[in-house]
Amino acid sequence: MSRSVRDEDPDRFYTLTGGRAPATEDFDLVTLVVSESAPSAGMTSEQVAILDMCRAPTAVVEIAAELRLPVGVATVLLGDLLHAGKITVRPPLSVAMSLDASTLEKVLVGLRKL
Amino acid sequence: MAPLHSTAKHGLKIVVIGGFGVGKTTLVRSVSEIRPLDTEATMTDVGAGIDDATGVPGKSTTTVAFDFGRITLDDEHVLYLFGAPGQQRFWFLWDRLFTGALGAIVLVDQRRIADSWYAIDRLEHQGTPFVVACNDFGDAHEPQEVRDALDLDPAVPLLMCDARSRESSKQVLIALVEHLYSAVPQGETV
Repeated sequence: MSRSVRDEDPDRFYTLTGGRAPATEDFDLVTLVVSESAPSAGMTSEQVAILDMCRAPTAVVEIAAELRLPVGVATVLLGDLLHAGKITVRPPLSVAMSLDASTLEKVLVGLRKL
Repeated sequence: MAPLHSTAKHGLKIVVIGGFGVGKTTLVRSVSEIRPLDTEATMTDVGAGIDDATGVPGKSTTTVAFDFGRITLDDEHVLYLFGAPGQQRFWFLWDRLFTGALGAIVLVDQRRIADSWYAIDRLEHQGTPFVVACNDFGDAHEPQEVRDALDLDPAVPLLMCDARSRESSKQVLIALVEHLYSAVPQGETV
């Protein structure tokens, strides 16, 4: 079992984010993140870990959990990578977007196969 | 953690909400393709030692963190399940969890029905579609009794479940999505 996020030193979060606020406008918990480039020199270990992890699409909440970072801290790091063009995002389907009967049918088909 | 298909495009959310010790994590675990992970939305340090474990044998701590699991539905659609504490003081988490969620499952312990009142009230007010699932702890009430005790709208599905069972938990998820589906005019967008 991984350590709890709460056991971490808050100083680490501050150092990672420079004290900046979460980038919640770009990232939902289930926004899928995909790497668009390999890690390069000068990146932090967290940025490298994100780019490694996101070679396959990975949800924001999974990235936060794997890095043992609060979601808000993770979104700050992801925001930097997004603006640098190192990652792209696939926003979630939500009620606000186009959730229609055919999408729900796909969900039902998937669930019944479980 | 097993990676998703490279074609995965659409993340979807369902929130499982319920009182302390009611079996949210158990339900998520029983259907998730990954071991449920936990994380937290804020650095607020609350929870330890606060929760009332009275009447919940064998559980003495709680997590403020929310946990989640994952179900790959097909090549493009991935469903994430979030377990969220239902107590009033945790509502700061909910805005984030519920934004864009398909709907919610309210997991009820029939011995502690009052724990669910607040969550149901909130869901009704914010217009989030939900179903109620009673986790079977071996002393089942009649569904109608539970419905009455919750003062539940007749249109809201209520079902009995065993959160430890994959099949049973799967049926709860299906009940929610069928409930959503029944509210969507065919061929139209919500």
